[in-house]
Amino acid sequence: MKVSAATKATKKKAADEDASGEFWNLRLYVAGQSAKCVAAVRNLNAFCETHLAGRYRIEVIDLLENPKLARDDQILAIPTLVRKLPEPLRKIVGDLSSSERMLVGFNLRQASP
Amino acid sequence: MAKPNAKGSTAKLPKAPTGIQGLDEITGGGFPLGRPTLVCGAAGCGKTLLAMEFLVRGAIEQGEPGVFIAFEETAEELAANVKSLGFDLGKLTDQKKLLVDHVVLDANQIDENGEYDLSGLFIRLGYSIDAIGAKRVVLDTIETLFGGFQNQAILRAELRRLFRWLKDKGVTAIITAERGEGTLTRQGLEEYVSDCVILLDHRVNDQVSTRRLRIVKYRGTSHGTNEYPFLIDEDGFSVLPITGAGLTHVASDERISTGIPRLDAMLGGGGVYRGSSVLVSGTAGTGKSSLAAHLARESCARGERCLYFAFEESESQIVRNMTSIGVDLRPWIKKGLLKFVAGRPTANGLEMHLAVMHRAIRQFQPRMVVVDPVSNLAEAGILRDASLMLTRLIDFLKGEQITAIFTSLTAGGEQKEETEVGISSVIDTWLLVRSIELGGERNRGLYVIKSRGMAHSNQIREFLLTPRGIDLLDVYVGPEGVLTGSMRLSREAREKAEEAERARDADLRRRVSERRRRAIEAQIAALRGELEEEVAIDRGTEAGERERMARASETRQAMARSRKADATKGSSSNGRGGARTGA
Repeated sequence: MKVSAATKATKKKAADEDASGEFWNLRLYVAGQSAKCVAAVRNLNAFCETHLAGRYRIEVIDLLENPKLARDDQILAIPTLVRKLPEPLRKIVGDLSSSERMLVGFNLRQASP
Repeated sequence: MAKPNAKGSTAKLPKAPTGIQGLDEITGGGFPLGRPTLVCGAAGCGKTLLAMEFLVRGAIEQGEPGVFIAFEETAEELAANVKSLGFDLGKLTDQKKLLVDHVVLDANQIDENGEYDLSGLFIRLGYSIDAIGAKRVVLDTIETLFGGFQNQAILRAELRRLFRWLKDKGVTAIITAERGEGTLTRQGLEEYVSDCVILLDHRVNDQVSTRRLRIVKYRGTSHGTNEYPFLIDEDGFSVLPITGAGLTHVASDERISTGIPRLDAMLGGGGVYRGSSVLVSGTAGTGKSSLAAHLARESCARGERCLYFAFEESESQIVRNMTSIGVDLRPWIKKGLLKFVAGRPTANGLEMHLAVMHRAIRQFQPRMVVVDPVSNLAEAGILRDASLMLTRLIDFLKGEQITAIFTSLTAGGEQKEETEVGISSVIDTWLLVRSIELGGERNRGLYVIKSRGMAHSNQIREFLLTPRGIDLLDVYVGPEGVLTGSMRLSREAREKAEEAERARDADLRRRVSERRRRAIEAQIAALRGELEEEVAIDRGTEAGERERMARASETRQAMARSRKADATKGSSSNGRGGARTGA
């Protein structure tokens, strides 16, 4: 399991678009270095920096290295992004090429600039 | 794994035996080894069970571990569902012979954003396969994916890749799919899985359900194209491979007794052929079951097992009833030579019956099977099906050289020379027990309508149920027609009386003529006496005449002497004539 980006929570609630200011725990499942997976990692990092700066954590899991997790975490599609926190659990599949769709998917639409 | 010869379409395709009764026979050895097979059918027709049994039997009988990817049920639910069939999934899982993986798909949780593929599923499957070294894989039901993901183009591409991948892995796979409107599967999966397609069907006719299986396609294998009935019961899945196509059974020359000596005599002296089919038909209460029981008892007495399918009475009822006519079946049941399988015909569909019978026959290995009665089976399905089913049963029994005894109830009223279930043409020996109504009585008459391969009697016998069993008697055939029962008895009595009378008459006549003869003789004697008397009188007269003539002659001579005349010739001639008369 490699954690490619782990930004420490810095508790700068007031400056954020997300009014709730919750801490985001995200997990991205990939399989090797395929184009879709590389794109997904890049797109996710960009999204988080834009919308969740300072209060997110991304865990990238390569299923080729940890195939057991595919079963344990019920992963079928690659790449799959799982929002573990805040509740409720959400799943987004795909290379996350549309940040608009991500905002909708994570119910952040109203908070976007 | 062994690769099939790519060039030679004639090369035998390697198969993975399913271990499911009957299915291997109609598929020529099982499903294509190392390839995916599509099993489709409507909800509740047994797809999951077929797939699960394929894995379980593979694990136990073939030593091939299997992975079950369940899209619809959890491992616990599956284990509970198949427990009733005697499959212990928990134990197999512990032994690493089986791995059940439940794939949870919840479309509400999943949002799609951009390009993706199903590598997760592949990785997951690959991991499970490698974990236990699986040779068999089941995906049940993969179409669920269409509910979980929106991008159909991606899904279809991925499914195609998945089946290719499964082939490359060399696992024998079953993919189940729901039947669609007018198509084999709702999502057209048959496009992707082209090696073998099995269709399961579950129909309800007149409130009785029947399950059927059909091989839609099996590339590289000649397969049966019929619909084969199958059943699911406590022993799992079984397909009835009775094709009924072959009339290749060997006909035995051996004759077996019916247990009724006079019936044997009617059948050319030796009873019925072993392995033949015997039909006993008749109206209600004519003693069909009793006849069947005799045959069953005789079979047991020869030391041969007999299986009795009772569709009207329970075992104990039959045993009690037969005891009343002197056929004690209990010792044979105790010895294990006689076995009853009793059930209401409507309890199952026809296929189920056939399957149950089939299985019971396989297990018990009898030399004789009694089905009492077959006519009731028509209740369990439509008539045509019933006769088809019985034809298949008869074919099966003949193939196994099992003598089959069927009883058939014909509807009351006019005696029809046909059976309700229309199987008369496939029957070898047909006995008809009919009730003959005469003189206010109903009596039973038995005759042999046909008996293939033997010179059978063409006569009616009166069929009596006595406390010592069945007895056959000659019926009275005379100018007044066929007489039975009391009328036969009275007719016989009358005949005896007439006979006696005739004897008396003859005696009388003899005595009368004797008397008359004697009288005549007496008359003759009397006449003879008279005659003698007459003769005697005649003689006396002659003598007197002679004396008189002699005296007259003397007188004449004396007169002549006294007259001194010559003696005349006339007197001597007179004397001679008198002497001639006397002689």
